[in-house]
Amino acid sequence: MSLAVVNPMPAPAGQQNAKSMVSIDAVTMSFGSYVAVQDVNLTVADGEFLAIVGPTGCGKSTILNAIAGLLKPASGTVSIDGTPVKGVQNDIGYLFQQDALLPWKTSIENVELGLMFRGVGSTERRERSMSWLAKVGLKGFEHRYPHQLSGGQRKRVQMAQALIAGPKVILMDEPFSALDIHTRHLMQNELLRLWQEERRAVVMITHDLEEAIALGDRVAILAAGPRSRVIESFPVDLERPRDVAEIKLDPRFMDLYRNIWASLRGEVEKSYERRD
Amino acid sequence: MNVVTERIIQLGMLVFILGGWQLGVTAGFIDVFFFPAPLDIFNQIVSWIVDPGFYKHVSITLTETVLGYIIGTGLGVAAGVWLGLSRSAARILDPFIKGLNAIPRVVLAPIFVLWLGLGLWSKVALAVTLVFFITFFNAMQGVREVNPVVLANAKILGAKRSDLLRHVYFPAAASWILSSLRTSVGFAVVGAIIGEYLGSSAGLGYLIAQAEGNFDAVGVFAGIIILAMFVLIIDRILDVLEGRLIKWRPNAAEERAA
Repeated sequence: MSLAVVNPMPAPAGQQNAKSMVSIDAVTMSFGSYVAVQDVNLTVADGEFLAIVGPTGCGKSTILNAIAGLLKPASGTVSIDGTPVKGVQNDIGYLFQQDALLPWKTSIENVELGLMFRGVGSTERRERSMSWLAKVGLKGFEHRYPHQLSGGQRKRVQMAQALIAGPKVILMDEPFSALDIHTRHLMQNELLRLWQEERRAVVMITHDLEEAIALGDRVAILAAGPRSRVIESFPVDLERPRDVAEIKLDPRFMDLYRNIWASLRGEVEKSYERRD
Repeated sequence: MNVVTERIIQLGMLVFILGGWQLGVTAGFIDVFFFPAPLDIFNQIVSWIVDPGFYKHVSITLTETVLGYIIGTGLGVAAGVWLGLSRSAARILDPFIKGLNAIPRVVLAPIFVLWLGLGLWSKVALAVTLVFFITFFNAMQGVREVNPVVLANAKILGAKRSDLLRHVYFPAAASWILSSLRTSVGFAVVGAIIGEYLGSSAGLGYLIAQAEGNFDAVGVFAGIIILAMFVLIIDRILDVLEGRLIKWRPNAAEERAA
């Protein structure tokens, strides 16, 4: 788990050489006769931030669930750090789209769950949870229940909860889609800041192309479902640290956006046609 | 409409009904053998309330209710959580549970009297059979309807099966069980009262049965009203308890914070 910390390559461009942390080989996910994604190949290097973009309903989330071990692929293999995924993974952090906090636990109790399940002593886990809550800007909110926090604050608690145990891989499933635009920018910057401190492999699913480019080192485009697959992959060579709101005005950001949108657009249109 | 007007209307309705009733009795339209005068009922209630011997009956019914409730919910939660988690056990036991639940509980009362005697425990047993199924079905539902995202999150955070039970399934089911608290308590009272009514030497149900035996309609009505007050008071106590226990739920806790 220290690998991510000592990753010597700060520049995204250099990460092609880093060892692969997540590899997805010829994975097909299906529910009965419905094939959500077919023959997906992806690798995520250690410390790389991969954003997967696709039209709604293309089975993006099933890929994450396969990495997390929540779903079993119909065929193909997923491995994390060289070990094939069998059953639910514990050395990953998963940031869900929905509220995933335990509603009957206060924010500090939620944050310390991961440590508690791993058998860390109560004094140590209190201390570490406190410092993580402070890190995500929630000092003074330790004893609030989730329903007493705003949507953004709940996301912050979820981030702390997912990251406290130092996961090898961070999975994010449209984590900020339920937030308003200002909160979203704040949270995205917050996320980048935390990730910059200790670079892990990140796989983020989103339907928001701007978000994908602003956050990611690489953007992979999924085709419209069913039988979705990766159709193209674009490196994002914008330097870090980035400010999510400002980077959108960068001409290179706009070029990237135009390029990737040209590829994504057809898929979005297809997915709408199929729905009508 | 503001609160005061509503209260006045409520009071008006009460005065109208009881006043009309009382007037009907005085005027001779209403036969007091079937519908005794409200004032007589009131006097009977007052005379019970000031009589120390009356509280023996109340405390016996209360004990039966509380014991029936605690044992019934305890068993119901345990069985509900177990069958909620184990689908195969639930499928195997399903016909038996449905069959048992189909028995009108009142007919069990004589059997319980036979097994457990005329004392406290036959009434507790009847209350248990009534309460058990309500909590059982609620606990099972609660466990089955645990938010799958929360469950997945806990698993990814490293929760083992025992952790999931303690930190996810039980609290999730608890809100279901507690939300059915009202109904369960009502049934616990029903169980205790019916048991007493059918055969006992003390308790509120016994008071009513005794009044009925003497064709004392005043006593029957007074007993019914005492019972209603009894349930309302328990209900009120539960309100407070529920607020304490599930303080993580929005409605309960926000009122507290305000």
